[in-house]
Amino acid sequence: MDLNDFVSKVEAEIEDLEVGSLTADKDYREIEQWSSMYALILIAMIDTEYDVTLSGEDLKQSKTVRDLYEIVKSKL
Amino acid sequence: MPSKITHISYHLPEKKFSNDDFFEIFPESKDNSNLDKIGIKSRQIAVNELASDLAVEAAKKLFKEHNISPESIDFVIFCAQEFDYYTPTTACVIQHRLGIPTSAGAIDYNLGCSGFVYGLSIAKGFIESIGLNNVLLLTSSTLTKTFHEGDKSSRYIFGDGAAATLITNDNQKGIGEFIFGTDGSGFEKIIVKDGGPRNPISESSHIDRTDEYGNTHNDACFFMNGTSIFIFGIKRVPKIVDELLEKSNLKFDDIDLFIFHQANRFLLKTLQKKVGIPDDKFFIYMETVGNTVSSTIPIALSEAIKAGKAKSGQKIMLIAFGVGLSWSGTIIEI
Repeated sequence: MDLNDFVSKVEAEIEDLEVGSLTADKDYREIEQWSSMYALILIAMIDTEYDVTLSGEDLKQSKTVRDLYEIVKSKL
Repeated sequence: MPSKITHISYHLPEKKFSNDDFFEIFPESKDNSNLDKIGIKSRQIAVNELASDLAVEAAKKLFKEHNISPESIDFVIFCAQEFDYYTPTTACVIQHRLGIPTSAGAIDYNLGCSGFVYGLSIAKGFIESIGLNNVLLLTSSTLTKTFHEGDKSSRYIFGDGAAATLITNDNQKGIGEFIFGTDGSGFEKIIVKDGGPRNPISESSHIDRTDEYGNTHNDACFFMNGTSIFIFGIKRVPKIVDELLEKSNLKFDDIDLFIFHQANRFLLKTLQKKVGIPDDKFFIYMETVGNTVSSTIPIALSEAIKAGKAKSGQKIMLIAFGVGLSWSGTIIEI
């Protein structure tokens, strides 16, 4: 599992986000288009791509895309 | 004698609540293109009707559309979360309103989204163990009445409605094995906290809170932790599929059609992908009705029959899950 790859997968899920504009240390809740649906979209993407189901607690404890990556990595 | 679902009819309340109506109240949501993924364009909302009224109308439709006499019903089961009175049992009142004979039994039970499949198991038991002939299963929801007017997510997802399902003794075995499950540790994930015996309405019941996504709730209103329920769905449903297949001694490919609780299209599509169900075996029907709680499966099933997607002799897997937390699954043939 690779951080850059993870970031681009997250980026691909978010509409109208220019390729390469998302960074690992971005607070993902501060992405302009962020909504409750994106939480579900990311959970679903991570579930299908990595076979890891995040918990509500995981989401609460993560702030940046890198945090999410670390959680997924620890559960692989 | 084996039992079988023989007929389904459903009834929706009069008032329509379209996405345009929704965007008039919440204009800030109009640009959120992700809302399309929920797969709902309009829903019907109960204003003056009670859950029992919708159920009675659904039953009248069932009698009329399929030429069934109320006289033939020997048990009526009413699944809802909103009952007419503290006591008596609403199903007793319904028996009288529908002209069902006094020799019929009548019970209520309180379940939400998992309710329909539980009802099938009760009906199957009544028919196969006790020897009843015609069990009328009524599922109904007027959940939207419990919403805070500022609860955007719930107002977008849910609609009201009722379904009437007739389960009859039959030569053909139409209702197969069941899987049940409960996790009461999640009781607060979907809840109307105050207003029941546990927490009577108090001053604090009406203190509004707005979450990070702009949904407003208070303890006297319906609350759903959508993220938790989504996670619950994607973790639990694939397990139920496997358990049901194993219990029924069937292979994945033996199932002709999958109808899951129509929670929202995005969750359903995620589940379809996760379980690996091909498009032609997966049925979704919620665009004009929304999530009608305990009636999503009978509504979708009746539409699948009408559309020729569900046919006689096919094996159809039904999986229901939600508030409780509670889940259930079965495999039927129609």
